[in-house]
Amino acid sequence: MARSSSKDAQDLFRALWSAYAATPTNLKIIDLYVMFAVFTALIQVVYMALVGSFPFNSFLSGVLSCVGTAVLAVCLRIQVNKENKEFKDLAPERAFADFVLCNLVLHLVIMNFLG
Amino acid sequence: MAASDAQNGVFSVRHAFGNVLAFFILLLIGVLAFSIRLFSVIKYESVIHEFDPYFNYRVTQFLTKNGIYDFWNWFDDRTWYPLGRVIGGTVYPGLTLTAGTLWWILNSLNIPLSVETVCVFTAPIFSAFASWATYLLTKEVKGAGAGLTAAILLAMVPSYISRSVAGSYDNEAVAIFALIFTFYLYIKTLNTGSLFYATLNSIAYFYMVCSWGGYTFIINLIPMHVLLCIVTGRYSSRLYIAYAPLVVLGTLLASLVPVVGFNAVMTSEHFASFLVFIIIHVVALVYYIKGSLSPKMFKVAVALVVSVGVAVCFAMVAVLIALVASSPTKGWSGRSLSLLDPTYASKYIPIIASVSEHQPPTWPSYFMDINVLAFLVPAGIIACFSPLSDASSFVVLYIVTSVYFSGVMVRLMLVLAPAACILSGIALSQAFDVFTRSIKFQLPSLSDNSQAGEGSSENVVPNDSVKADKTEDTSKERTSKKSKKKEKEPVEKPLSKSQIKKRLLVLPLETSVIAIILLVLLGAFYVVHSVWAAAEAYSAPSIVLTSHSHDGLHVFDDFREAYAWLSHNTEVDDKVASWWDYGYQTTAMANRTVIVDNNTWNNTHIATVGTAMSSPEKAAWEIFQSLDVKYVLVVFGGLVGYPSDDINKFLWMVRIGGGVFPHIKEPDYLRDGQYRIDSMATPTMLNCLMYKLSYYRFVETDGKAFDRVRRTEIGKKHFKLTHFEEVFTTHHWMVRIYKLKSPKNRIRGKTKKSKSKTSSKTASKRNELKRNPF
Repeated sequence: MARSSSKDAQDLFRALWSAYAATPTNLKIIDLYVMFAVFTALIQVVYMALVGSFPFNSFLSGVLSCVGTAVLAVCLRIQVNKENKEFKDLAPERAFADFVLCNLVLHLVIMNFLG
Repeated sequence: MAASDAQNGVFSVRHAFGNVLAFFILLLIGVLAFSIRLFSVIKYESVIHEFDPYFNYRVTQFLTKNGIYDFWNWFDDRTWYPLGRVIGGTVYPGLTLTAGTLWWILNSLNIPLSVETVCVFTAPIFSAFASWATYLLTKEVKGAGAGLTAAILLAMVPSYISRSVAGSYDNEAVAIFALIFTFYLYIKTLNTGSLFYATLNSIAYFYMVCSWGGYTFIINLIPMHVLLCIVTGRYSSRLYIAYAPLVVLGTLLASLVPVVGFNAVMTSEHFASFLVFIIIHVVALVYYIKGSLSPKMFKVAVALVVSVGVAVCFAMVAVLIALVASSPTKGWSGRSLSLLDPTYASKYIPIIASVSEHQPPTWPSYFMDINVLAFLVPAGIIACFSPLSDASSFVVLYIVTSVYFSGVMVRLMLVLAPAACILSGIALSQAFDVFTRSIKFQLPSLSDNSQAGEGSSENVVPNDSVKADKTEDTSKERTSKKSKKKEKEPVEKPLSKSQIKKRLLVLPLETSVIAIILLVLLGAFYVVHSVWAAAEAYSAPSIVLTSHSHDGLHVFDDFREAYAWLSHNTEVDDKVASWWDYGYQTTAMANRTVIVDNNTWNNTHIATVGTAMSSPEKAAWEIFQSLDVKYVLVVFGGLVGYPSDDINKFLWMVRIGGGVFPHIKEPDYLRDGQYRIDSMATPTMLNCLMYKLSYYRFVETDGKAFDRVRRTEIGKKHFKLTHFEEVFTTHHWMVRIYKLKSPKNRIRGKTKKSKSKTSSKTASKRNELKRNPF
């Protein structure tokens, strides 16, 4: 039973990997960017847990900056993904412009909030 | 092919014509929304109303005079003496900044309006904006026809009028616009999946957070809708784009507002949004994996993910619970708790329960405030279910939650009103749609064009609906085009199919004509009621009162008389004590320092004033002396029959005072559980300060001392004041101002003696008074 489940898991990961290998390069770059942002957020949370959350607004803006960029990048990825039928009308340039605008607002707010 | 081209041309011309018509109708709706709120200016004068608006007016004056930076750092030493209040950090700045900006723009255009004028007309202007926002929201849900109907209903819904007549310069005036507009942008993002609208949505949410504490309604309703969509299997990537950026950006923007600050991540009102934020990420991941795997593999993945996911979820929930338990306010604020548990406030926080607008509403008030909409809402809900889309499910959720909230607090009827308007608009427009369509098919002699002409020559409302019908047709056609873009030829096929379907739904001619007439009558009834409510019920400024009697109209301008007396006859730094209702007005109109005001942030301080009002004269004098009070102001309606005076509010003073200082006991003021001030009243009641200050010299007016509010002769008619002296009483005796007598020097030995004599009697009281922090 255990062996079969571990074999299943192996199959699963192999299938996942082969499915993922087929995605276009630009989407992979976005994925990397998302991973990086989430990883940075995690580092900050760990640091907060070790050192303490004293300038709470700094911590909050740091983490939310990372989470925000990750979320926005995911949105961009959803919009430029050619497999998504919903966004056929949306040009990738338009999606990127929206992404830049949203990031601009986000980071203006964060700079204001950083204290 | 040429024929279809011609048809397309006709459609586009019609479409353009419909757009122009819709634009003018919207313009007229804006004018209507603005002008129906001017009754108060016409009947009375251009004056700020009630209590809270005076505070907002004063803050706006400060803002326009000293600029934005001084405003953020404003420490006000004129209220809550001797504590003061940090206004910049404790006020929702949206309304003030809006009016200040309006004033600044007008002045830089060389239009010299006074700040007061701008403040008076802010609410009507924003109600016009609100009705346009309603049009946009309803258009996103059910098309332009429903949008116009909903906008016209919102422009004159009595519940909203009651909070936004000219002069009612309160947070709700701009907040309702912000609420509807935020919902519109959310729906728009949900329908289009555009990140641009998501950004706008979070900025609109920021404006809402700036304006009103009711923003927690948004940040709980939207997660609820997202959760509903996920649970019912309607998850889409548009939902993710609509929700996830809103949470991150909205939280950051909300914590920029000083009054919210870290509460945006610390209090339980916001936790629902974070929880759903996590859930939507899990769901998004699941959908992504599902899309990239074969079904068999996906089953394996589910087994794996469920076992891991459950563990992660438990960890998350544990962290959340720990956060809630450790947060300083125990998670929920008092007002939110009293929303979840309607009996909470009356049990624990009398100061919230004492405000009449925090009471649950009575049934007639539903009929008064939303009138026929109450009957149309169920029809609208049914219309929303056929077919159910993401947008219409949001509207249904909105009405259900707001009905509950309005049942808890009267003032939240205001949140219900837009939802009721939207659903009634949908219901009315769908009904007109069905009836006019059946008339159209029953009268084949009329061609499409002549029918449009006939419609416009008829009544206003059917005209609306015919147009709605048309625009809906075109919009339907457009959507069908969009969805079948790859095959352009069979555009007519679905159209003809829908026409066949429509033909099946045809009603008999007579029935539909009668039904249309009845609906128009219903609408007319609503209009008549709304105009009546705007003109008679809701436009009284409550600072100037009028009464009709057999010998004509009487105007009672006593409040302004009293405040003017205070500002002309007292020193600038004198402190005036009154019940908290009159605090804002005293600071704004008389410019004198007050002890407590309508921002009830310090319960103990209010309880101190309540205790003083319900104590006997000497004890009250000592409390007031310790607070450095020079003048005491009481409002008394017994002579002219003004029911909301201090004697009627007195039991709340006793309750609030007794909640902090236990020697004040409510039963001492009641005779057999009844509150009375006639000869049967208890001695405690007849000797308390409020009774004495209200009825001092009252017997001199008519010889009998008959109180017209309580409809009885008062219990104790002839008495003298020992520690207070009357300095001013207004024309109709509505406001009476007393001065504290200064302590006498030479009597000192005497008091010591009498103290030692009566020490046994007053010892307990004295101990209580010593605990008094002032």
